[in-house]
Amino acid sequence: MYEIFLNWFGNETLSMFLSAALPLFVAIVPFALFAVLLERKVSAHMQDRLGPMRVGFHGILQTVADILKLIQKEDIVASNNDKRWFNLAPYLVFVGSFAAFAAIPFSSKYIGTHAEVGLFYILSVSGIVVVGILMGSWSSNNKYSLLGRMRSVAQIVSYEIPTALVVLTMVMLTGTLSLDTMSQQQTAYFWNWNLFGGAGHGFVQLLLIPFMVVAFIILFISTLAEVNRTPFDIAEAESELVSGFHTEYSGMKFAMFFLAEYANMFAVSAIVAIVFLGGYQSPFGYLGNSLSIPWLIPFEQLFWFALKALFFVFVQMWLRWTLPRLRVDQLMTLCWKYLIPYAIVNLVIVGILTLF
Amino acid sequence: MKTEEMILNMGPQHPSTHGVLRLEVKLEGELVLDVKPHIGYLHRCFEKHCENLSYPQIIPYTDRLDYLASMYNNFGYVVAVEKLMGLEVPERVHYIRVIMGEFQRIASHLVALGTYGVDIGAFTPFLYCFRDREKILDLFEMTCGARLLYNYMWVGGVSHDLPPDFLRLAKDFIVYFRPKIKELNDLLSYNKIFIERTANIGILPVDTAINYGATGPILRASGIPFDVRKEEPYAVYDKIDFDIPTGHGEKGTTGDSWDRYFVRVQEMEQSLRIIEQAIDQIPDGDVHEAIPRRVKPPKGTVFSRVENPKGELGYFIISDGKDKPARVKVRPPSFLNLALMEPLCKGHLVADIITILGSLDIVLGEIDR
Amino acid sequence: MKNPEEIFEILKTQFADAIIEMSTDLPTEPIISIQPEKIREIFQFLADNEELKFDSLINLSGVDDANGEKVKDENGNDVIQGGTLSVYYHFYSIELKHKITLKASTPRENPNIPSVESIYKTANWHEREVFDMYGIVFSGHPDLRRILMPEDWEAGYPLRKDYQNPEYYNGMKVPY
Repeated sequence: MYEIFLNWFGNETLSMFLSAALPLFVAIVPFALFAVLLERKVSAHMQDRLGPMRVGFHGILQTVADILKLIQKEDIVASNNDKRWFNLAPYLVFVGSFAAFAAIPFSSKYIGTHAEVGLFYILSVSGIVVVGILMGSWSSNNKYSLLGRMRSVAQIVSYEIPTALVVLTMVMLTGTLSLDTMSQQQTAYFWNWNLFGGAGHGFVQLLLIPFMVVAFIILFISTLAEVNRTPFDIAEAESELVSGFHTEYSGMKFAMFFLAEYANMFAVSAIVAIVFLGGYQSPFGYLGNSLSIPWLIPFEQLFWFALKALFFVFVQMWLRWTLPRLRVDQLMTLCWKYLIPYAIVNLVIVGILTLF
Repeated sequence: MKTEEMILNMGPQHPSTHGVLRLEVKLEGELVLDVKPHIGYLHRCFEKHCENLSYPQIIPYTDRLDYLASMYNNFGYVVAVEKLMGLEVPERVHYIRVIMGEFQRIASHLVALGTYGVDIGAFTPFLYCFRDREKILDLFEMTCGARLLYNYMWVGGVSHDLPPDFLRLAKDFIVYFRPKIKELNDLLSYNKIFIERTANIGILPVDTAINYGATGPILRASGIPFDVRKEEPYAVYDKIDFDIPTGHGEKGTTGDSWDRYFVRVQEMEQSLRIIEQAIDQIPDGDVHEAIPRRVKPPKGTVFSRVENPKGELGYFIISDGKDKPARVKVRPPSFLNLALMEPLCKGHLVADIITILGSLDIVLGEIDR
Repeated sequence: MKNPEEIFEILKTQFADAIIEMSTDLPTEPIISIQPEKIREIFQFLADNEELKFDSLINLSGVDDANGEKVKDENGNDVIQGGTLSVYYHFYSIELKHKITLKASTPRENPNIPSVESIYKTANWHEREVFDMYGIVFSGHPDLRRILMPEDWEAGYPLRKDYQNPEYYNGMKVPY
């Protein structure tokens, strides 16, 4: 992406800025807006009702109406709040979620930056989200927010560990931290995907499959906990704490928290898709290859990438509307007593197997 | 490690206290030390009103006590007044009252189970339960014109006879609803996360339950098969065959929240049985023939109780021979069930308060009257 | 399972002076009247005795007997002087399946009845409600304060027959 812009504009900083920002504004922000509507329609159809139907055809323009409403709301800042941190918190959460997209490859030509440390960068940047949440609930000066904050910080910090362990496993297997290289390794057909053992290790591939499946499940559950979705959404448990740490926010700031949550969901789904399911590679070979139209290939890759990520987003929404919520101590038990030991054992076994 | 005590106010407006209830919770970190409920926000002076109204005029006011189970409030009141007057009503009236009462029991339990799911975090069963409840409310609307507050059972009879289609539609509903209970079980009752959230929470031993005056599904979940419909049968419950579900500690200990929840699910199943038998046995007759022109009971007192979906509803009426009662006292089941919050919540976490409160299934309308 | 006469006989032999009478002229249920001073002993006996075993106090209600004389006070309102306030207790035994009603009366001017909360925990909230509505003070109750009315309601006890609404409560006009 960077090279294309450099050719067009000739200015280095401008093309750097554009290549990092373009995926965001063209793809992610519209996705976040679309995801709000998607969630409402998906949940409605699961619950035997219709969802938004009036605004636009079958409710398609509902998000536009929501954003218009939120923009004109009064921005309430209570007098007991710490104004600086109160105003800063939503922006931090927003930035933390969206900055992760700079390192995610949407297709072989469409990537924000070619940094070699892609995965490491993403994991670190999601830490900013934790700081944002902490800031938001502390400055709200509200007992409910306090409880929500403590729970959610404990949850996010604990679940970083299984995430990091599984990422470490995959790094050992593929030998690279960069998401782009990882996607390129899982070429051609779907049996080259990492979920089925990775590309080209021979007999070891088959042995690796059960451990890859276990790693996949652990990663999916941990990232679900990272983004505070049910069954792990105690931070915003509506029925107990009245929206937890964003009780006191109204108007555009609330919208920022909201959009950041959906962007986070997409980022996490994208990571799972890239690490295990082949990223932007198609499972069946490319139309562009068979029809000899080489410039079609990046668009096809974009399509497959979007399909895989959206599938995981849909699974996350599906889980939210089906399962009840876990209690704090049960959540922590799940992490420390079950996920982490399994992840460690997995790591050791995969490490041994990659020696062959 | 010593931490500070914090007093958290789960105030009158809160998404999951079922109504306007204020809970003053003393916390130490996440551990609950003490819970004090404050009520009285919905007090409408029902008992004072009764002293200025004639007996039939009180019936709409009884609707508004437990607004989710209005038929049963009416039922309890007219059974008490008829006992005081020594009035005999026709068989058909008894059967109609039983059918309406049991439908109301299913509707009230559906609300209780749905909202309990929402409290735990599962949003979908709530909508499924309300969808099924709509069908019951359609049946009620067909009969007496109202969906929630009916004013249906009068002293000596009922206000409207069953419309001609009613029995057929009731049978259709029973056929439709049986598989839905199974669906609810698959989705919520046997869900592992739900069981982890509710089993072994708020264990109520039998002696405490009886001493605190708990009744209804709560007492039955602790192991005692005590049901007013079998102990002191009113209407035609002695001619109908049904079981009393009790708690066995299937998923935890006897008397925990899961047992209280599951007893309600099984009670819905039993209500379907009762309705089926009542529909088969119902005789013909005139529902209005025993309604007296003026209700003037002789001097005396009566205390009669019926099995509300929430517990045991008692009416204590003192009459001194005039056409207005001298004293009407309502013994609401939720009033005493709520007093159980204090011993049950000690030693649990904050999230469990909501679980226990949901399993007690209270309605503020009847606590505050 | 016993009928009320037998229960009355058992109680009379045990507490001869505290049991007053049993009124059987009412059509639906006979009521045993007792003196309020020895309520705790009587109730403990009811709960423990092997033949009675009343383990469940199902109802506790206050009643204004309105058997005093009506006089007009300084504002021209009707006030009842003299007479009694009563408390009715309904018992049921889950094991032996019998029930009984007891009644205790106390004078209107300074109503005072010993609390039975230590024996039956049900009575905790019931007695608070009777105190709130009638003003009967239950001695020995651990936490006697108003339950349905706001806790700082000064204007009297609502369910008494001669209760008048106050004009103002905390600056808000009461009758509207």
